[in-house]
Amino acid sequence: MDFAPSKEQEMVRNAVRAFAEDVIGPSVAERDETEVYPSELVEQMADLDLFGLTTPLEYGGAGSDTVSYAIAIEELSRVDASVGVSLAVHNSVATYPILYHGDEEQKHKWLPQLSSGERIGAFCLSEAQAGSDAAGVETTGVKDGDEWIINGSKLWATNGGCAGMYIVIAVTDKSLKKGKGLSAFIVEREREGVSLGMKEKKLGIRSSDTYEIVYDEVRVPEENFLGAPGKGLAISLGTLDGGRIGIGAQAVGIAQAALEESVAYANEREQFGRPIGTLQPIQWKLADMATDVAASRLLVYQAANLKDKGVPFTKEAAIAKLFSSEAAIRVVHNGLQIHGGFGYTKDYPIERLYRDARVTTIYEGTSEVQRLVIARQIGL
Amino acid sequence: MNIVVLIKQVPDTTDVKIDPRTGTLIREGVPSIINPDDKHALEEGLRIREKFGGTVTVLSMGPPQAEDALMEARAMGADTTVLVSDRAFAGSDTLATSYALARSVLTTGEWDIVLGGRQAIDGDTAQIGPQTAELLGVPQVTYCIEIEIAEDGRSVTAKRALEDGYEVIETKLPALFTVIKDINEPRYPSIRGIVNVCRDCDVQTWNAKDIGASKKMIGLDGSPTQVARTFAPEPKGEGLILEGPPEQTTKELVKHLREKNVVRVR
Ligand SMILES: Cc1cc2nc3c(=O)[nH]c(=O)nc-3n(C[C@H](O)[C@H](O)[C@H](O)COP(=O)(O)OP(=O)(O)OC[C@H]3O[C@@H](n4cnc5c(N)ncnc54)[C@H](O)[C@@H]3O)c2cc1C
Ligand SMILES: Cc1cc2nc3c(=O)[nH]c(=O)nc-3n(C[C@H](O)[C@H](O)[C@H](O)COP(=O)(O)OP(=O)(O)OC[C@H]3O[C@@H](n4cnc5c(N)ncnc54)[C@H](O)[C@@H]3O)c2cc1C
Repeated sequence: MDFAPSKEQEMVRNAVRAFAEDVIGPSVAERDETEVYPSELVEQMADLDLFGLTTPLEYGGAGSDTVSYAIAIEELSRVDASVGVSLAVHNSVATYPILYHGDEEQKHKWLPQLSSGERIGAFCLSEAQAGSDAAGVETTGVKDGDEWIINGSKLWATNGGCAGMYIVIAVTDKSLKKGKGLSAFIVEREREGVSLGMKEKKLGIRSSDTYEIVYDEVRVPEENFLGAPGKGLAISLGTLDGGRIGIGAQAVGIAQAALEESVAYANEREQFGRPIGTLQPIQWKLADMATDVAASRLLVYQAANLKDKGVPFTKEAAIAKLFSSEAAIRVVHNGLQIHGGFGYTKDYPIERLYRDARVTTIYEGTSEVQRLVIARQIGL
Repeated sequence: MNIVVLIKQVPDTTDVKIDPRTGTLIREGVPSIINPDDKHALEEGLRIREKFGGTVTVLSMGPPQAEDALMEARAMGADTTVLVSDRAFAGSDTLATSYALARSVLTTGEWDIVLGGRQAIDGDTAQIGPQTAELLGVPQVTYCIEIEIAEDGRSVTAKRALEDGYEVIETKLPALFTVIKDINEPRYPSIRGIVNVCRDCDVQTWNAKDIGASKKMIGLDGSPTQVARTFAPEPKGEGLILEGPPEQTTKELVKHLREKNVVRVR
């Protein structure tokens, strides 16, 4: 058992950290305020290959491993959790369905566009009636000659506004039992009938653009049909296993930032004639925070490592996502407490981190759903 | 255009702590980086290649772990990297180092332009560039903030930043230039670059023999500089802030200045 990062993983961390701190960091507070996706950074992010982290070289990606991917998302989220989730979603749940279920033609057509950032990807599973109960999808895909007609409304699409391509899960066979008749489609943004619905106004990760996407009589050719018919739910759930590693990594990054901010504040803030960092109640909080961060990080890298080895990792990804997201919330909670009244204001980054962390126990499967997955995996 | 860039691996001094007992640098756990000025030199080399074609060869003289700096250089886009490393180089001062680097530049074969950083953040001598140019027998332009190569690829106009202004120099290639930070914004290594470098590790190392170095010119034998002693300067005492009305603080100030023999007032 060797916990040391490889040279590649170490270099990825250094490169992404430097880029995040120098290029993304200076404008993070402004974006949190304005809720605007950083389109102006796309080109630079693409130069670093942040849109094709684990996509193989032959499809225009960087061909890196999943641990490096987790490290990259962690480092991005340490500086800006909105950019972190946007790239996590793009690299995982928007790219994996094509990478793992597309035919060669689809892979050669779509993956280079995604890897280069020419098209940003979004993943449209959730609907008003289909949240935790993902099988409850009502959007339909009906065959008409050699085309499919898609109708329905998807909620919560991360990257919804900036995306050029959507992976859409729709019911293609109503005669089958719930969840059995779903299939996956690739839908381009410019298809007639695709439109942006309401943009969500969110508590945190405010510059990741989360939209309702409306599909009104959208016609796509057969070549946009992804994977086997009726496999839509399986594709989604398999994809989400990998996605959870990214959300876990996002949680680690947010928690790491909160820890660093809080240690610095505790050393600097004086009350009763000495730095509050010399007080045991503060030290204990910080020690617990450091422990939470360290444990989360190991769980996330472990799940990523299993994925790289090609062995089952559903349980480990759920455990990593569950623990690291709940740990992140504990960490930002204590971090804000250490900041006292100042932490409750926008003068300190902990206020944003506190809000940004909150969503990690909700998307890509709530904590309750992770527990369901884990329970099933351990034989219940 | 065959471009040679000289880089040095240095401890990241933004992270350096001083051992309060011994007064020396604590090197353990301090990350090593490409010397900042050198990274700008590499960026300039990559940009020249993008414009004129050719190759960027990066040379670094140092211990085996300097390979990390060369890997980063390749991930940024350098075509070839060579670690110049040999026990015989141990104890080299700036002259012996410049000699080894000049020999290495010649060993690369055909070359048109050599780029380096102004100075390294650990040694701060700024001597390597000029000495290497002298040993190669080519013109040198130091402190560059602009390097304009003419379309024919033969003459260069370079702008130097001096303390009190700028100097614009015209020269012919081959030549050596040292650059400062204002010249450009270095790119970040791409993830694909990192993956390629890590999976296809062709570590090229040249020893003293490979570069045809004369034993007398390298290591301690080739180093006229003798380091007598290294020490940390006494830390400056804390400053003193005088508060109160001016009539009073002025008197106090004069008193302090007299006590310290800075001024004599009768
Ligand atoms: C910012 C943001 C971005 C998102 N991005 C995307 C995206 O890109 N693509 C996408 O498809 N979706 C996305 N989502 C949707 C997200 O995946 C869902 O919000 C999530 O799956 C929960 O569904 P829900 O909101 O409908 O909550 P519900 O399913 O209604 O759950 C409400 C509560 O009930 C609990 N609950 C539900 N069922 C059970 C059960 N069986 N046992 C115990 N407890 C249960 C839940 O855990 C939760 O606490 C995003 C959501 C947000 C907030
Ligand atoms: C929205 C808002 C409204 C407010 N309104 C008012 C108002 O109307 N009037 C007013 O006077 N004030 C007001 N305050 C100030 C508020 O009472 C202070 O923020 C609070 O007393 C904490 O002080 P502090 O923020 O300086 O934190 P600090 O005292 O610096 O505390 C920082 C952290 O150190 C801990 N800590 C400090 N000392 C010790 C110790 N000895 N042992 C263990 N832990 C310690 C704290 O518990 C905290 O976790 C307001 C604050 C806010 C945020």
